[in-house]
Amino acid sequence: MTAVDLPGPVLARDGLADVPTSDDTQTRKDYASDQEVRWCPGCGDYIVLNAVQGFLPDLGLRRENIVFVSGIGCSSRFPYYLDTYGMHSIHGRAPAIATGLAITRPDLSVWVVTGDGDALSIGGNHLIHALRRNVNLTILLFNNRIYGLTKGQYSPTSETGKVTKSTPLGSVDRPFNPVSLALGAEGTFVARTIDSDRAHLTEVLRAAASHRGTSIVEIYQNCPIFNDGAFDAFKDKNSREATVISLRHGEPVRFGPDGALGVTRDSVTGSMRVVEVADVGESALVVHDAAADDPSSAFALSRLTDAGALQQSPIGIFRQVEQPTYDDLARQQVATAQGTEGAGDSAGLAALLTGTDTWTVA
Amino acid sequence: MHAVDLTTLTVEAVKEFGLTRKDASRAKNMFALGLLSWMYGRPTEPTTEFLTTRFGAKPTLRDANVTAFRTGWNFGETTEAFAVTYEIKPAAMPSGRYRNVTGNAALAFGLIAAGQQSGLPVFLGSYPITPASDILHELSKHKRFGVTTFQAEDEIAGVGAALGAAFGGALGVTTTSGPGVCLKSETLGLAVMLELPLLVCDIQRGGPSTGLPTKTEQSDLLQAMFGRNGEAPLPIVAPRSPADCFDATLEAVRIAVTYRTPVMLLSDGSLANGSEPWLLPDVADLAPIDPDFATAPNARADDGGGSFLPYLRDEDTLARPWAVPGTPGLMNRVGGLEKADRTGDISYDPDNHDLMVRTRQAKVDVIARSLPPTEVDDPGAELARGARMLVVGWGSTYGAIGAAVRRVRRDRRQVAQVHLRHLNPLPPDLGEILARYDRVVVPEMNLGQLALLLRGRYLVDALSHTQVSGMPFKAAPLADVLRGHLRQLDGQPAVQHSERHPAAGVPA
Repeated sequence: MTAVDLPGPVLARDGLADVPTSDDTQTRKDYASDQEVRWCPGCGDYIVLNAVQGFLPDLGLRRENIVFVSGIGCSSRFPYYLDTYGMHSIHGRAPAIATGLAITRPDLSVWVVTGDGDALSIGGNHLIHALRRNVNLTILLFNNRIYGLTKGQYSPTSETGKVTKSTPLGSVDRPFNPVSLALGAEGTFVARTIDSDRAHLTEVLRAAASHRGTSIVEIYQNCPIFNDGAFDAFKDKNSREATVISLRHGEPVRFGPDGALGVTRDSVTGSMRVVEVADVGESALVVHDAAADDPSSAFALSRLTDAGALQQSPIGIFRQVEQPTYDDLARQQVATAQGTEGAGDSAGLAALLTGTDTWTVA
Repeated sequence: MHAVDLTTLTVEAVKEFGLTRKDASRAKNMFALGLLSWMYGRPTEPTTEFLTTRFGAKPTLRDANVTAFRTGWNFGETTEAFAVTYEIKPAAMPSGRYRNVTGNAALAFGLIAAGQQSGLPVFLGSYPITPASDILHELSKHKRFGVTTFQAEDEIAGVGAALGAAFGGALGVTTTSGPGVCLKSETLGLAVMLELPLLVCDIQRGGPSTGLPTKTEQSDLLQAMFGRNGEAPLPIVAPRSPADCFDATLEAVRIAVTYRTPVMLLSDGSLANGSEPWLLPDVADLAPIDPDFATAPNARADDGGGSFLPYLRDEDTLARPWAVPGTPGLMNRVGGLEKADRTGDISYDPDNHDLMVRTRQAKVDVIARSLPPTEVDDPGAELARGARMLVVGWGSTYGAIGAAVRRVRRDRRQVAQVHLRHLNPLPPDLGEILARYDRVVVPEMNLGQLALLLRGRYLVDALSHTQVSGMPFKAAPLADVLRGHLRQLDGQPAVQHSERHPAAGVPA
């Protein structure tokens, strides 16, 4: 078998470059559909919906050119509440459906709304392949570390030992770290944010939307009914300085009260660990490079998240690199064929059907 | 009977080219073809031209094959072992221009033609599977027709991406075989619910499970018909010959686009890889397919302005509007949850669910109105001397059943033949046709799936003749089966011992 060098490179462009913009002034109300929002009181999904409805007008896109595709789960009700085009599809399949849409419609801003069960359990295959292909999609992964819609079974992000209806003696399997998984699939835009931090959520979503390629944003989202308090460590005003490892591109990874904590890399293993800055000096801290082509450092940072009950976790954009997207390249192949062979028309169709070897019966 | 040592003769003939014995012996098929070309008086130029083109890049192989072919021809001409040659008169075929085509190639051409006739970009989402992969291969060569081929991570993603493309206004297609249909079932249910055009090509093979991937069978009919949760009807179209895969594909796309529904095209391994002469269609004669996209509001809002009801139906076709993203003012949300009539909002209302289930069924049923009258091949019928027995088939058995019927007629016995292209809905005149005959026999390469449908639908005593060997029917044994049925109609035992092929499957 042979491999060819693909034509290109496709120039790095904004993810929304082909989406028509609107001249109208838009407001949050324009993005609210007429459907009654039906999540449990106190659900983190409300906050994310509000943030999205609030920030979409800023993108200045034509509303009809935005599509939200979801799977199954509480968060997958999301599309019903946005007055854009939308599809509430089936369990785990939203990335596959969105892929077909994004390949054929470069003029759309395509969003996938999914949860930890939808994206990482039943739909795990589609998620990793969307990331591998780098299709121009923005994936919002609502992670509440529990199955909410089916009323409280453990999920693929639940901590080991989780006691739930289906695991009365505690779950025995180890959880996925969604960011590590996405980086392992060499996702070109990988980020994490928290439902309670509206400003950060909005900032990350905006960056994700304008990234060309597959963007995945893990959103820590509280389920007040079946897994309440899973992310309290990051919400409590007194503790969050010491628990949120804030990632800023080009800056040393430093956090904690008065910036007393930081992250260094072990020169032998390459793994990261949290240290007292006073012990090592600021120059020893890792400077976060989200644009690094090699995802290894981002992966190492992602391992700082606890696998069990969450006490510490990096928040921010882990990786943001420009790489050719599947859909751009696929469309380019079609365009190139049309350019060199001529776009197929009825004469071309007749020639195709006729082929090279015919005979005539009188 | 003549013994010819093909290997030795071929190796000797191509000695001068310095090939290994193994490579040299590979040309023995050309030696045999040369001998047969002599025996049947066939022209040699097309073969040598083909070999010259096929092995153009490898002159040694080209020369060896051409030499083997010519040596075989000369062997027939100079050896006095063969006392006779044969002259086959041309088959009586309609006049026109022909080419050879396999079923999978014809199907791929049908998809390209459907894209041209509808003006829709073709999007194929597919996962490699025998015997369907050649459609993916063929389509991937024709990107200039605006065809996009997407090799998905699995069968589910193949149909999912096709459905996503259909949501965006493309002609969404997925190609697969039986095991793939199993995996796609949930997405097909979603497509039934969303009421979007989608074409699923099932190139059937021996089952169940991995079964016989390279053998042929018709055992996915009931899966196509019923293999989804809930009441999820979808139309089924089946080609009857390799060349017919072209026309059947266009027909399946017509139904999918007109009625906004997933459609199952049931081909099989023998059609896929079999080839036959194809009377080339005039592209100008192909019917257009109108996507009829929704572009404007279709209802009035409370405030007097326009509003859009995504599940407001066309009165004739019961099709809903196809409003694709990018269309201003028609923003709407669809999904797999039950829809309220007209608005498409989520609805758990009992009466609405009952209505929607029946409406989705009715939408498939009304397709029958667009079907042409069923062709009944019963030569005596016009003279009121029609057959008492009707043979009903579908799909790739058309050729074998037709040949068996002709054999029976050579005995001066009457037998009628109907071959179904539409399996769901069935043609509206079929019930009346079945009722005209004293006996209805249904040969199938499964355990009687169409017979079950016909019995259930028409209360007709359809008698199955089944063969599930992975091989197509053969005309001679099938003719004997039909003769057995005719004897039973005459009040005689079905089996006659003088027959070469016992009439298996006929109740004694």
